[in-house]
Amino acid sequence: MKRRQFHKLLAGVVAGAMLGLSVPAVHAEEPLKVGFVYVGPIGDHGWSYQHDQGRLSAEAHFGDKIKTTYVENVAEGADAERVIRNLAKAGNDIIFTTSFGFMNPTVKVAKQFPNVKFEHATGYKLSDNLGTYVSKTYEGRYVAGYVASQMTKTNKIGYIASFPIPEVIRDINTVQLALAKYNPNAELKIVWVNTWFDPGKEADAANAMMDQGVDVILQHTDSPAAMQAAERRGAFAVGQASDMTHFGPKAHLLSVVDEWGPHYINRIQAVMDGSWKSSAMVEGMKEGAIVIPGFNESIPADVTAKAKELIAGIKDGSVYPFTGPLKDNKGEMKVPEGTKLTFADLEKMDWYVEGIKAEIPK
Amino acid sequence: MIKLEPRGERSRLMSWLSPILAALLTMLTGLVLFTLLGVDPWQALTTILYKPIADTYGLAELAVKATPILLCAIGLSVVFKAQIWNIGAEGQLLMGGLFGSYMALQFLDNDSGYVLPMVLLAGVAGGLFWAGIAAILKVQFNTNEILTTIMMNYIALNILLWAVHGPLKDPEGFNFPESAMFSQSAILPVLIDDTRVHFGLALALLAVVAIWVLMSRSFVGFQIRVLGLDRSAARLSGFREKRLIYFALLLSGGLAGLAGVGEVAGPIGQLIPSISPGYGYAAIIVAFLGRLHPLGIVLATLLMALLYMGGEMAQIELGLPLALTSLFQGLLLFYLLACDVLIGFRLRLTTSKPATAPAAAVATDTAVIEARG
Repeated sequence: MKRRQFHKLLAGVVAGAMLGLSVPAVHAEEPLKVGFVYVGPIGDHGWSYQHDQGRLSAEAHFGDKIKTTYVENVAEGADAERVIRNLAKAGNDIIFTTSFGFMNPTVKVAKQFPNVKFEHATGYKLSDNLGTYVSKTYEGRYVAGYVASQMTKTNKIGYIASFPIPEVIRDINTVQLALAKYNPNAELKIVWVNTWFDPGKEADAANAMMDQGVDVILQHTDSPAAMQAAERRGAFAVGQASDMTHFGPKAHLLSVVDEWGPHYINRIQAVMDGSWKSSAMVEGMKEGAIVIPGFNESIPADVTAKAKELIAGIKDGSVYPFTGPLKDNKGEMKVPEGTKLTFADLEKMDWYVEGIKAEIPK
Repeated sequence: MIKLEPRGERSRLMSWLSPILAALLTMLTGLVLFTLLGVDPWQALTTILYKPIADTYGLAELAVKATPILLCAIGLSVVFKAQIWNIGAEGQLLMGGLFGSYMALQFLDNDSGYVLPMVLLAGVAGGLFWAGIAAILKVQFNTNEILTTIMMNYIALNILLWAVHGPLKDPEGFNFPESAMFSQSAILPVLIDDTRVHFGLALALLAVVAIWVLMSRSFVGFQIRVLGLDRSAARLSGFREKRLIYFALLLSGGLAGLAGVGEVAGPIGQLIPSISPGYGYAAIIVAFLGRLHPLGIVLATLLMALLYMGGEMAQIELGLPLALTSLFQGLLLFYLLACDVLIGFRLRLTTSKPATAPAAAVATDTAVIEARG
């Protein structure tokens, strides 16, 4: 027992004895236990790192009212189930599993521990004690697309894509919609690297695109390799997941940062209040889950101002890229005038918007 | 200048004590390390080595974790006895998982009893196929199997990734790289209720016994041992070397394939991009730690599986970093090799001139190789 806890216990017992009450007051002081499962090392400076930053900000917010535990580098195979179950057995009240590959293991363990709350990032399976959460990365991507459309001189924008899942497709679409609106001459070039984190492949993709004349690179992968490549060759790039300024001070236009802290604080509070309910949560700029911490000083002031205007518009709902009329890239009308795609539609998106000269890999 | 000098006759007792000595030295180093890290060393050690198996659930999980390592390692003990260095158990495991998954996905709406045997056979076939390529290259073209099997690990991984991102992807899975969940008929039955211990464990133990009998009682086993000890003696005795190489490599490949299909049709229940966190590589350490003997391999497998689980437990209970697991595994191998060298050789301080230094280095190399054999 830590000294501070002991003092509290002592104070509680003394107070209880004086008031003729028993110990439940002390029992309420017991910290809420929160578990986190990461797919990568916390030092990856990308996905897992950002989740751990979220954990740390929850710790800073709640102090000794919570006790957090994390397990890093958990393989998305047979081991994940044991790690999640061990966290549940260790008495954690809520467990966050932060990678898509943990979906089925989390579902299995959630069934066995109905009193423990589970939240799985980026998945699509729900149950009474299992919720999901995901960020509207496309909101940041829209702003990035606008800035890219203004900064390109060659009118060629590159996009390093990971896997053809709906999240990546809709973000590619968002960038295209921004380009079509603010610089119709700009063309989007997409390279699929089939990985979330592989500095070698990401750098190769960046260099190949720059060889073809691309001068602004966006990425849907986690390493800073593309940023570094762009810095070396005098191109621009947009950071992903964490703030990548220091990997390319000249190349870095902006970063679209995932802030998981507000979500974790919010949900842990809900467990404390007893108001936690399983749901599929989607959070974006309005909730502080997607943040653009700053803009490069080399961006003209009017462009930065317009970008900030877009952010404000996204927050109040007046800017929404997936508003009809929208056609797919084969000319078929997908979203008629006057309608908007819901997030449920976006979660299943499997078509490119008009203007993308490519096919989705099958 | 330090020189290694052969001790002459090698002590059989000491060669068996060496792994135990290595394990003790690892623990001792661990104690020092934890003390330096400011963690109560006794608590840390019990968290890593005892806590994971403190209850039946933990023991069952140990068995689940040990199953694929045991299958790979017991197969490797045969090829290594023949002095064939199959480093490709990982790739053979992945191919087993891939072939088995392909078969399981053909029977999604079928609950007949023949589905599971077909899935298992497909997995074994995957391992056989992958090891078979290495065997053909070695026998027909005299290719170095260490290089080919390592390289084929990467090819296997990329074929698996291609399949799970492409043709075997769940059509209803929103393009996420996972196959559909297998039907219950393709899943290995659970042996003990409320645990994940599956029929694969029974198969692994069966394989251990079968290989024990094969290596100690059968003529083929004898031939393999002779082949490993002295290739020309085996040739002079009229043993068919090529056939033995095929046999040993295919046997270890088939068992690694079984390990792979046992994971996808066991605790995972579907094909995913990462079906093995490196079981095929861990099995190499296990095979040597267990002195290539079935009983030793069983014990070494349990220790290796325990270290994996202890690493998770140390993170959950003590907040220690994951690097600890790799550190412990590395220490174990390091001490084992060191003990083996010192059991076979004695250190002698000499005043020799630098010119002889390369010779000493060569001596060290041979010492390690001999100690491994």
